[in-house]
Amino acid sequence: MLEYFFRRVVTLFFTLVFASIIIFVSLEIIPGDPASYMLGINAQEDTVIALKKELGLDKPKFERYLIWVKGMLIGDFGVSYTYRSPVIEMVGERLWVSLPLAIYALLLSTIIALPVGIFAAANRGKILDFSIMGFTQIGIAIPNFWFAMLLVYLFAIILRWFSAGGFAGWEDGIILGLKSLTLPAIALALPQASILARVMRSSLIDILSEDFMKTARAKGLSFKKALISHGIRNALIPVLTIIGLQFSFLMAGAIIIENVFFLPGLGRLIFQSIAQRDIIVVESVIMLLVFSVVLVTFIVDIAYVIVDPRLRSSIL
Amino acid sequence: MMPLLKNKNLSNLSFSFWVGSICVLFVFLLAIVSFFWTPYDVTSLEISNRFKTPSYNHFLGTDHFGRDILSMIMVGTQTSIAVAMVAVGIGILFGLPLGLIAAAKRGTFFDDLVMRFNDLIFAFPALIIAILITAVLGPGAFNAIIAIGIFNIPVFARVARGAALTQWSKEYILAAQVSGKGTILISIEHIIPNILNLLIVQATIQFSLGILAEAALSYVGLGAQPPIPSLGRMLADSQTMISIAPHMAIFPGLFIVITVLGLNLMGDGLRDYFDPKLKVSNS
Repeated sequence: MLEYFFRRVVTLFFTLVFASIIIFVSLEIIPGDPASYMLGINAQEDTVIALKKELGLDKPKFERYLIWVKGMLIGDFGVSYTYRSPVIEMVGERLWVSLPLAIYALLLSTIIALPVGIFAAANRGKILDFSIMGFTQIGIAIPNFWFAMLLVYLFAIILRWFSAGGFAGWEDGIILGLKSLTLPAIALALPQASILARVMRSSLIDILSEDFMKTARAKGLSFKKALISHGIRNALIPVLTIIGLQFSFLMAGAIIIENVFFLPGLGRLIFQSIAQRDIIVVESVIMLLVFSVVLVTFIVDIAYVIVDPRLRSSIL
Repeated sequence: MMPLLKNKNLSNLSFSFWVGSICVLFVFLLAIVSFFWTPYDVTSLEISNRFKTPSYNHFLGTDHFGRDILSMIMVGTQTSIAVAMVAVGIGILFGLPLGLIAAAKRGTFFDDLVMRFNDLIFAFPALIIAILITAVLGPGAFNAIIAIGIFNIPVFARVARGAALTQWSKEYILAAQVSGKGTILISIEHIIPNILNLLIVQATIQFSLGILAEAALSYVGLGAQPPIPSLGRMLADSQTMISIAPHMAIFPGLFIVITVLGLNLMGDGLRDYFDPKLKVSNS
């Protein structure tokens, strides 16, 4: 167990180093140097030189990489060139939109998908099962930002139940904040819920043919009781991994969805910074997103082994 | 005949496979036809004709510049298909050899290196990195292809390696080795034909994911640039006008769904067809 944990920590470490190198190097590829890129084509020669000095771009590349990484380790993500404010503060504000949105969507997706998947598995081969599977196929094929636009059209423009975009903030109460995140969360959750429902269904169907399920039925348990007390519990293990992996899709998906609803989250921040050529913000925010995704995957991997004793023996 | 079609009967293909194929065929035909003919010219603007709802003259209506939406969708699917297809091509071109070599040299340092590298790329949130790549290289269809294609490489490497490993343990490979064939020749002559079915299924899945990724990238303005029509871009344009012209938003999205759904159904159908054992637990 300890050896496995150690191996995973080493992998985590190398993934992050690799990620930081990729992000740093990609931003080095930009034609010209970052300073003239940020200032645009009409910049004066001396302005570019001054900015280069200010950003420390006159130092060798490797040294700059080390400074960037060292800064992030102590929580210093640099200062935004456009806003002249520390990146960490800008990220902090926006995290209060993006993170609740991702978690809200994850909860929605789980709450919808698990019962639907269980229901389909229990009614396997019947018309109900086929129609549920048909719906999930469509759910997977729908681009979430398009679904978001349709939601806006139906619920904001025609029915007027929700606002078409913007974020109410958390100051006026959690309910108002959650309300402005509801449509975005539904849009994000739909494709994930479709995938999750399919995983839940096939996992449960596999379990249903196991010997211990037959034993439970032979002992006199009804199908329903055997399903609930033996089937679902065992079928949940692969489902949990998928839920963990979906966090990464939700964070990335949130970037796009935030654009549909004009939510002031990390996604908007990235695109604004790209448009304003604010490289410092772009590289730090992307690194932060990669870090959170890699970290969640790591936690899921570890939790998986702790939850399922069978895996523990196969690893050791 | 290739091993993958040997002893197989086309009537074993599922209903969903045929539904999927029809969807895909329909979209492909539209894209191909658009090379020669579209109902209207997609670059000609006719402001007096804007925001027209679907009618006999404009089957799917017109947009805010008076352009014919059906014509734009037809040309737009060209972009989607081209980007996704080349991205799959990149994945196979680099991923397949990597996977084959890793399997041929199983257990060696090279094998380990390829697999660890795969894990690293898998750990990345693909869309975020695609955004980074297109932001750095500049928006455009070509850079979108690179951004999507890079993430296809580890997918094909992993599938190829896994499938090839199974083949290497079989007796006919031993026979080929005894007859004096080298590793490369065996990989090309025996391994590839026998893992082709898995690669085809994976290619279909990656193709549909590529269509979705291209749509997302061009929606945020990082894909194909105007005047080249793209479905994602059309959706982005329609967003602020959805209250006055909902048809502008509905049809391009519908075409993305038809394409992706068709590819997914085809992929599922092919997987069940190639490996009927899976079908028992899945349907």
